[in-house]
Amino acid sequence: MRVHFKRSYDEDIRLFEDWRRMAKYAVLLAIMIALPALVSGYFLGEVTLVLIYCIAGMGLMVLAGHTGQISLGHAAFMAIGAFSNLWFMDQGMPFLIALPLSAIFTGVVGAIVALPILRLSGIYLAIATLALSIIVEDIAIIAEPYTGGVVGVFAPPIEFFGTMVDRYGTPNLFYWMCLALVVLVTLGYANLLRSATGRSFLAVRDSEVSARALGVNVTRTKALAFGLSCGVTGIAGALYAHFVQVVNYESFLVLLSINLLLLVVIGGLGSIHGAFFGAIVVGLLPQGLSILRDFLQGTVGLDISAYPGLDTMVFAVIIIGMVIYEPLGLYGFYMKVKTQWQLFPLARRDMFRRSKSYLKTERLR
Amino acid sequence: MDALQLLIGGVANGCIYGLVALGFVLIYKASEAVNFAQGDMLMFGAFLGIAFINEDRGDLPFLLGLVAASLCLGLIAYALDRFVLRAIFGQPQFAMVVLTIALGFVLRFVAGTIWGYDPVSLETPFAGEILSLGGLTLAVADLLIILATCGLTFVLWLFFGRTRLGVAMQASSQNQMAAYYMGIPVKRVNSIVWGLSGVVSAIAGVLFAAKGAVEPSVGLLFGIKAFAAAVIGGFGSLPGALLGGLLIGVIEQFAARYAPSGYSQIAPYALMLLVLILRPGGLFAQIAQKKV
Amino acid sequence: MSLLSVTDLAIHFGGVKAVDGVSFDVQAGEVFTIVGPNGAGKSTIFNLISRFYQPTHGKIVFDGEDITATPAHHIAELGIARTFQNIELFDHSTVLQNLLVGAHTKRKATWVEDVLHLPRTRSNEREARRAVEEIIDFLDLAAYRDKMIAGLPYGVRKVVEIARALACEPRLILLDEPASGLSVEETNDMAFWIEDMKKDLGLTVLMVEHDMSLVSAVSDRVLAVVEGKPLALGTSAEVQSDPRVIEAYLGTAA
Repeated sequence: MRVHFKRSYDEDIRLFEDWRRMAKYAVLLAIMIALPALVSGYFLGEVTLVLIYCIAGMGLMVLAGHTGQISLGHAAFMAIGAFSNLWFMDQGMPFLIALPLSAIFTGVVGAIVALPILRLSGIYLAIATLALSIIVEDIAIIAEPYTGGVVGVFAPPIEFFGTMVDRYGTPNLFYWMCLALVVLVTLGYANLLRSATGRSFLAVRDSEVSARALGVNVTRTKALAFGLSCGVTGIAGALYAHFVQVVNYESFLVLLSINLLLLVVIGGLGSIHGAFFGAIVVGLLPQGLSILRDFLQGTVGLDISAYPGLDTMVFAVIIIGMVIYEPLGLYGFYMKVKTQWQLFPLARRDMFRRSKSYLKTERLR
Repeated sequence: MDALQLLIGGVANGCIYGLVALGFVLIYKASEAVNFAQGDMLMFGAFLGIAFINEDRGDLPFLLGLVAASLCLGLIAYALDRFVLRAIFGQPQFAMVVLTIALGFVLRFVAGTIWGYDPVSLETPFAGEILSLGGLTLAVADLLIILATCGLTFVLWLFFGRTRLGVAMQASSQNQMAAYYMGIPVKRVNSIVWGLSGVVSAIAGVLFAAKGAVEPSVGLLFGIKAFAAAVIGGFGSLPGALLGGLLIGVIEQFAARYAPSGYSQIAPYALMLLVLILRPGGLFAQIAQKKV
Repeated sequence: MSLLSVTDLAIHFGGVKAVDGVSFDVQAGEVFTIVGPNGAGKSTIFNLISRFYQPTHGKIVFDGEDITATPAHHIAELGIARTFQNIELFDHSTVLQNLLVGAHTKRKATWVEDVLHLPRTRSNEREARRAVEEIIDFLDLAAYRDKMIAGLPYGVRKVVEIARALACEPRLILLDEPASGLSVEETNDMAFWIEDMKKDLGLTVLMVEHDMSLVSAVSDRVLAVVEGKPLALGTSAEVQSDPRVIEAYLGTAA
């Protein structure tokens, strides 16, 4: 195990602990940038979708993982981001202005919606946001002038200073654009976590009373977390709209909300890495299953396409296993493996044992 | 007359919502977990009922089929708690939310694989029968649903107030640790509550199938509306859940008739959000502040 | 002059008069202790001063400013910090992060600057860290700096909670049963720290405590409260020998 000796407080404030870690992320980023040259166009499209899920996942992670507020309605904010982005572009704004505008719009809507809802906690909040997610479907039909009603809206092409960025026309450019946004959002997220604002989120998650006693305005903090979360999710929604090219009331169903929540759980609540791990699972699962299907048909002649809905079933089983055996998600699993590797062969079996306890009531908050 | 007719139809629908909401509240009262698979349990119960009762399947008499379906679903729910949910005993509410959502997916898949994805309806001895009363035409199914709900609620009320097991359930919902020290086998009580909730949802499912067609995805939306009912009622209270269900059912009927299309679907959720914002603990709240 | 003055404070929950007409003044620089049997309303008085509860009537004045209607999250900024009877730390964070939250009110950067990590955020972080490190030195917590709260022993958590309260740089610190659950040695340490807070940091301490050895060791004045009403006020020895207090504790007719 390597021990890093710190010499100044700034070493704790820096994003990267040491140069090794920085090098690791640099290599990862280089591979991601070079990806279009390495994989097929089809696979690149799938990776682009994963990147969009990453942004949405980070959006929800701020709220669910770091502020401790469960939202089962984040597809609603993806929808707001998507429709507002397309509407702004329809008014003649370039994408570069429309995207931040739609993020801000979604964030503000989120914060406004949050103010009454966030008086609720725990389960009530989950249910209220779930209801929100259902309502949005109907509202998308009612608000026809902005959302195109039942037909939906077609995404206009994106133009950067004369260069066209289009999912099908120029898939590489579209991929790089998504990648750049992922990097930006990740940086902002990491900055947030190493600041007083980020710590106030954690404080609200772990103990509202003592946060308040220490001078944290709990209501404002929750609304801010909700707003930030929704803004980032709105960006994901806008990108998604350009990815699928046409969005309507059916693009952002309740199921997507639920999937987003499951994404952060699979990845591991309370870590940025978790959002990425979760997005990879959620984004690539359908592909993995279709490979499995071809494999099974080729080898044992079993046709699993006879069972519709198998993908959600597999997804559900993964979740169940995860919640029971690995509550910290894939990131928690990764940390365990890493620690065991570093300690090898000195790791003890009970090192990661959870203490079991009786439920503390959450009725009194 | 028209309004009265709507009201009775709404009350009948509301009774089913109320029954599912009762299922929620039962589990919440005992283990403070919210079962997001409750709607799917209703769906499963409906399919079980169809499998036992319909002529081309089990061909059992209606009442016998109802009992068989409730017992089956009761056992399934008991087993779910015993073998799946008990594994996360003591973990925060959030884990339970995620786990039950996933269980809902599984139930949906299993139902779809066994019974297919096409809508089916239940053959009942009273299907399509109508009772004329003055100017009112009432579906017998609606009346039976209302009667059955009243009966079931009364039985549950007696159970919680009067029986040893019922009191044990109340105790373990208040404070698991203390209940355990008092000699209540908290984990087993939890499983029994799940079984009971399964029985209630099977009855609700069969009643639901008697009114209209069932398909595997029906559970999700139905479950959420039943949630709305439970929330309006305050989540901790059995009569509150039932009342919340009735409110949702009636409002849905009236909104469908009088509100412009598009807005009517929103009505139940809008009502719930309104209740949550104005009275965060529901209409029958038992909210208290945490002591420090 | 008195730093905190509480006048005729009362709060009723339904029919229960949890606190009923309590008045006292805490002088700057003293250790003032509230004692009383369980359920006497001691913690409720703390919660009233922290503004978690809204008093039914009465007045709380801190440093000449009426705080009876101040929102709870402004109290820390005014210079009142507190600990909790059952330890309310942020369990899934490190000791360092917990203490840094204590320095929350000292921040100047807005959330936008935090997200972009602009210079003001960075200087905030450095200042907060410097201040927190002094407290870590003061309370001997260096060994636990990067440890998660969830794995720490009870006695250490008690100290971390006090450290976090000190990170607010308060003038008045409210300690809710600082010695409960501590061993004899730990209680002795606690007595030294409370002395140090008073002498070295110039803090005023308002404390609720059952352990009479600690109370007599550190308190300048003691107020006995029974059933929400003040019973006796004086030095530790005076209050302990007061027949009404003995009766309230032992329940025998004097």
